[in-house]
Amino acid sequence: MEPILQVKDLTVSFNAFAGTVQAVRGISFDLNPHETLAIVGESGSGKSVSIKAVLGILPKNGRIEKGEILYKGNDLTKFKEEDFYSIRGKEISLVFQDPLSALNPIMKIGKQITEALILSGSVEKSKAKAKAIELMEAVGIPDPELRFEQYPFQFSGGMRQRIVIAIALASDPELLICDEPTTALDVTIQAKILELINDLKRKKDLSIIFITHDMGVVANMADRICVMYAGRIVEYGTAREIFYEPAHPYTWALLSAMPDLDTKEKLFAIPGAPPNMLMPPKGDAFAARNKYALQLDFEEEPPYFKLSETHYAATWLLHPDAPKVEMPEILRERIARMKEKEAKSNGRAE
Amino acid sequence: MAEQNKAPLLEVNDLSMHFTTKKRGKTNTVKAVDHVSFNIYPGETFGMVGESGCGKTTCGRTIIRLYDPTGGTMLYNGQEISGKMTKEKRKFITENIAMVFQDPIASLNPRMTVQEIIGEGLKVRGMSDPKEREALVIDMLQRVGLQAEHATRYPHEFSGGQRQRIGIARALIVKPSMIIADEPVSALDVSVQAQVINLLNDLKEEFGLTIMFIAHNLSVVKYFCDRIAVMYFGKLVELATSDELFANPCHPYTKALLSAIPLPDPVSEKGRLRITYEPPKDQDESLLSYHTVSEGHIVYCTDEEFEAMLHKA
Repeated sequence: MEPILQVKDLTVSFNAFAGTVQAVRGISFDLNPHETLAIVGESGSGKSVSIKAVLGILPKNGRIEKGEILYKGNDLTKFKEEDFYSIRGKEISLVFQDPLSALNPIMKIGKQITEALILSGSVEKSKAKAKAIELMEAVGIPDPELRFEQYPFQFSGGMRQRIVIAIALASDPELLICDEPTTALDVTIQAKILELINDLKRKKDLSIIFITHDMGVVANMADRICVMYAGRIVEYGTAREIFYEPAHPYTWALLSAMPDLDTKEKLFAIPGAPPNMLMPPKGDAFAARNKYALQLDFEEEPPYFKLSETHYAATWLLHPDAPKVEMPEILRERIARMKEKEAKSNGRAE
Repeated sequence: MAEQNKAPLLEVNDLSMHFTTKKRGKTNTVKAVDHVSFNIYPGETFGMVGESGCGKTTCGRTIIRLYDPTGGTMLYNGQEISGKMTKEKRKFITENIAMVFQDPIASLNPRMTVQEIIGEGLKVRGMSDPKEREALVIDMLQRVGLQAEHATRYPHEFSGGQRQRIGIARALIVKPSMIIADEPVSALDVSVQAQVINLLNDLKEEFGLTIMFIAHNLSVVKYFCDRIAVMYFGKLVELATSDELFANPCHPYTKALLSAIPLPDPVSEKGRLRITYEPPKDQDESLLSYHTVSEGHIVYCTDEEFEAMLHKA
């Protein structure tokens, strides 16, 4: 299957007062139709910047240094602002992190949805209201006729996020990009929104790029996962591979920093702070915080080592000559527990 | 549990905190905390969970008397801390209970240096010698994992995790016996969350602290707390030890909350069933009361619901 979106060696920099910030340093990924790709990383790892580059909405001081973004064969990096009009908000839609600041506070909810509908050109003015109410129903807003006439402040956080999703879906996009859509929400509401996104994906055949820092959310959503650190993708693979056979020390750290319900031991905290992207370190950017780091990790950037057809990781630990290193015990035990649980549930199913 | 045999450090009885607003002559009452009772025992970590707006933060802020409670009594070490505020009472509360706030950016004054922020509590308590204060501040900075040279810097020069450490240092400098941590890690990145949780755990041992931990992240609460109270719309709906609560949740809201926790396991995540909780409409509140499921595990429901729970178990 031809990927719907291909990003090749994308490099994005920002001109800042103190110098050039290298936010994204040569990332490549592709998104197949009808799949959910999750990009995981800490704040400042460059995950939001890379999708902003895809949509052509980088801030004024940001620029794409090199690389290609192929959307259905067209290179978006060569697009002018006018060229984006036919794609952005039409074929590719974005769901923002903070539903409160994504909505206009002094415009009725109904107007905000019909505006998106009319601008997308898919619906005539006279039919826009009916279509908007239909969309509100689809995202699970009760009493859509009444809610149509209300303002954002009359909606709760979860309901606002549903409206933002409705607006994103107004143009019947093929690709939906969700930038931390549930970070501002409570667990119970978060579960509902994630279910809604999964449900809409099935019904409308969407392809989704899902950006988050929460490994738990990723487990629920993603088919494939890219783990980003300091502007690079350090490991990518299917959800199963990342959670059951993680290979990069950063993925280990990310997974074991988060307690699950059976965790009793001391949490594995990643020491230190992410590197300053004004002067990214020479070798593996994670080396300074990585207790497994080899001398080589500080000196030379590791290439991607292939673990399976779909699973790659950039760490020298995977080099055939490298010493064998086991993942942290807390994580090894958890994976064993998960496998046991899975075997049990499989046994029951049979 | 060993703590249960000791006298409670903090007793909260029937605490209510209602906010009233007036709009066009109509008064509107929000019952942020409504008839909540619980005890916190010395040396334990008491967790309080619930969704936003359920009153968990209000509860914490009422305990250190940032608000004047509408009703109920609170005893700390046997001394009353509710009722009319007096100078002595204020002094007693601030000497014993300190608070770590949620937002590490908004809770630090941007125009004060770290040294001034942390040392302010000492200054207020009459330590007038700046040298003496400085020595204590630097000692505290090192205990929370910062360095002496950080003392003269301003909050904007620190990352989120470091700022939260400053907030913790500020709370601990007055040597309180209890701290109320209001979502101390929810604004932080996952990797930094673990650092702060480990730090709180270490400091708890070192200072013999009692911690009231307010959060909405259940896996963190399960990991960190000895006992957990679940709040829902101003009511405390279930209270149990953390193992008991997760093994045997009774209240339907607790079940919904537990089923919503995202777990780092793709296989169980994709197959899991989520439970949603819709409270019955127009429920007669007078029918609701606290029932004891087992020792130390109480649940707030009607008699009928309680019967049904027992039968299922």
